[in-house]
Amino acid sequence: MRDPKVKESFWRGLRDGLPFLLIVGPFAMLFGVLATEAGLSVLETMSFSVVVIAGAAQFTALQLLQDNAPAVVALASALAVNLRMAMYSASITPHLGALPFWKRAFVAYFLVDQTYASSVLDYEKHPDQSLAEKFAYFVGVMLPICPPWYLATLAGALAGEAIPSDGGLDFALPIAFIAMIAPALRTPAHRAAALSASILAVGFVWLPFNLGLMVAGIGGMIVGAEVERRIEARKAQDTAQAARTDVAGGTTEGHTRQDSTHSETRP
Amino acid sequence: MIDKADLWFVILALGVGSFGFRFLFLGVVGDRALPEWLLRHLRYTAVAVLPALVVPLVIWPQATGGEPDPIRLAAAAATFAVGYGFKSVLGAMGAGAGVLVLGALLG
Repeated sequence: MRDPKVKESFWRGLRDGLPFLLIVGPFAMLFGVLATEAGLSVLETMSFSVVVIAGAAQFTALQLLQDNAPAVVALASALAVNLRMAMYSASITPHLGALPFWKRAFVAYFLVDQTYASSVLDYEKHPDQSLAEKFAYFVGVMLPICPPWYLATLAGALAGEAIPSDGGLDFALPIAFIAMIAPALRTPAHRAAALSASILAVGFVWLPFNLGLMVAGIGGMIVGAEVERRIEARKAQDTAQAARTDVAGGTTEGHTRQDSTHSETRP
Repeated sequence: MIDKADLWFVILALGVGSFGFRFLFLGVVGDRALPEWLLRHLRYTAVAVLPALVVPLVIWPQATGGEPDPIRLAAAAATFAVGYGFKSVLGAMGAGAGVLVLGALLG
């Protein structure tokens, strides 16, 4: 942490994570309240939040247990909600896979929607970061998200009353994610991935166990990758063509060059 | 009343399973090189999964019992427009919150 660049990444992460306090606090409190109302002790409620540390899956499991669903069904449904975490893990591995084993375990445990999204988007925006800087960012962004998750669960369990969620507080989570994703749609491939995933999510919303999310996520990734591949292929072709024109010394040289630089600098 | 054995089974198994998902690639793949086609797909995980997560919540908000709500739709649109146009995360959040507050005041 003595390296100023590592410090800078840590503080940037902390700053980026702070707005999530507003979302995680009420959400975790609500879980604490509902869990104690369902008859869970404070210890059981806290174990849920500390062991599982995944909001939507916790709510799903609790709801199903309360509805007297078999434990295996509650477990399977909640696990299905968390399947996306495997995709997060795959997506962050090219950035953090070189960390020592215990740090990878640490990252895995704290890999939730907010920490994952903030980190990967930051690594894309600041691609020159060293491994230490990337890890420092992750720790920074995790701090205002995960410990408050425990603390607010505890507060909800003890108080037995949640912050009233009218006035659109329920909508803070979608707003936060849209705010993070919109600036990240820099290339046609990113835009195509986001658009097709959105359409697929709406089209497959009827699938059980939240599987529509997986279909949409994987579909969007395939579209994004394919668009990127085609753009790269066209760029390579343009470059080859420009090189040929160079050799020929034709009068169109300047024109072709301008065209190819133009298409490269376009987002 | 939730059965205590069921409860602890779900907490522990869900904890192990969720950690398993999260550790699957980080732990097993580590710093081994992944094939280029897979890396190309993984570059689009965030911009695909997060919109897929959010768009149904925007169209069918839980708080309204799944009824589309013009204020929430407007807030989402404002957030996206500011985020996309000005490349500012905080500005986008502010725009979305502003529309929500305005909607609550007027509604």
